[in-house]
Amino acid sequence: MNRPVYLDNNATTPIDPRVLEAMMQYFTEHFGNAASKTHVYGQRARAAVETARESLAAALGAVAKEIVFTSGATESNNIAIKGVAAAHRQRGNHLITQATEHKAVLDPCAWLEKHGHRVTVLGTDASGQVRLDELAEAITPETVLVSIMAANNEIGTLQHLAEIGALCRERGVLFHTDAAQAFGKIHLDVKAMNIDLLSASGHKVYGPKGIGLLYVRRRDPYVRCETIIHGGGHELGLRSGTLNVPGIVGFARAAELCLDAMDTEMPRIAELRDRLQRGLFDHIDELKLNGHPTERLANNLNVSFAYIEGESLMLNLENDIAVSSGSACTSELLKPSHVLAALGVGEDLAQSSLRFSLSRFTTAEEIDYAVDRVRTVVAKLREMSPLYEMAQQGIDLSKVEWNDPGHPH
Amino acid sequence: MLYSDLVLKLVENPPNVGTLDEKDPHVGTGTVGSPACGDIMRLQVQVDDDGRIVDSKFKTMGCGAAIASACLATERLKGKTLDEARAIKNSAIAKELELPPPKIHCSVLAEQAIAAALDDYQKKQSAPAPAAAP
Repeated sequence: MNRPVYLDNNATTPIDPRVLEAMMQYFTEHFGNAASKTHVYGQRARAAVETARESLAAALGAVAKEIVFTSGATESNNIAIKGVAAAHRQRGNHLITQATEHKAVLDPCAWLEKHGHRVTVLGTDASGQVRLDELAEAITPETVLVSIMAANNEIGTLQHLAEIGALCRERGVLFHTDAAQAFGKIHLDVKAMNIDLLSASGHKVYGPKGIGLLYVRRRDPYVRCETIIHGGGHELGLRSGTLNVPGIVGFARAAELCLDAMDTEMPRIAELRDRLQRGLFDHIDELKLNGHPTERLANNLNVSFAYIEGESLMLNLENDIAVSSGSACTSELLKPSHVLAALGVGEDLAQSSLRFSLSRFTTAEEIDYAVDRVRTVVAKLREMSPLYEMAQQGIDLSKVEWNDPGHPH
Repeated sequence: MLYSDLVLKLVENPPNVGTLDEKDPHVGTGTVGSPACGDIMRLQVQVDDDGRIVDSKFKTMGCGAAIASACLATERLKGKTLDEARAIKNSAIAKELELPPPKIHCSVLAEQAIAAALDDYQKKQSAPAPAAAP
């Protein structure tokens, strides 16, 4: 058992050895530029790309020419949001998204706002799901795009994609979904769900980093989208730049493996996740589950531990388990999780949250070890916590007058 | 956060975690910080009849630096007279723990917790004796 045990798969996954094997020859022998039509090196690379494209399209219920290769879901989100907004400038300037989206969606929207667009950011219910009636009310004649993620990266909550898609189709508004966390974990069908644009990422599905795709619907309706990267006109003009052939091949292979295994693998992972959840909730008091209890990714568990502080929790677990936290101290920007804030989770519970995300490689032994370590550390920190002691004594903490000398934090 | 070996050692196995009897006239208790601020420190001292601190305990809900600062404070308090205890400066705590700049305020909080505990003890000492029960 490797230590620290890796339970941060929503951040990234290790590459599946079978994926790496499929990629290698495109680094070594078949290294040609897929745009080099005139010789066999390029032709061979091109053939591999097109095979991958068909495979990924099939995985989404789309057709090959609707798949654009990008450097990752962040880039795909940027193209979808900025590209659709630009292409529909004449029709309208309003976009709708929601508060628990990844920054790769929220920030392009914020940028558009600075450049003459209007953006509505919907709130969610306490589990992180968008309310259909609120979405319906927010749509105006000027709305050109709705962007709502398929599954949340922090809390795992699944959105009701088919309902959102049907509503958007009915109202004549395009529907984009950031499926970075969902692709490979749940069944996606862009036709049945009325999805017009979709972002996906290679390194979330045991594939390589630096590769993603954007699905852009080309029929019923034909979606107009402008490029944000100009150059040689690759990918039907939507994304110039030499194709990352090994990455594309790897992404397709990784997706194939996920889809083939999904119906048996995801329940197995869910069982391990539930084992982790029971191990924590059955033995530790004052815990809070963040996210939808049932409609969430099978590999995701986000928990807040009351009466202790996030950094000290992470510090004590650092050598034992690799997880993410909702604490500001552990983020790049020193800001606490915007996702938990959007759910209405108080800062005290947000900063003491941990996100566990499992993979196909996670074992029961690793889960049991994680449970044991978390229980031990939480018990130790609770014993050190004056707040926990007061709570145990039945003191109403909301009525306490704190002696806060007031220092910068 | 890049912490010194001493901070990591104190975080892993802190001595003096616990509670003294708040009602004991020889015990001074100081609690500083707030849930809003993200750090709460409770420092306690047990003072003997010669005015010397014979025991000190702490509880802290806070980051690694906060735990280490409060813990180190209790270690430094043991064996000191009240005047010597008042002289303990946050800068000494910060220096010994090699606190990075964003965490210096944790040592300040510890110094304030010490002051609050000593104030509490001295307030108890100067309070009039409780009236005899009827």
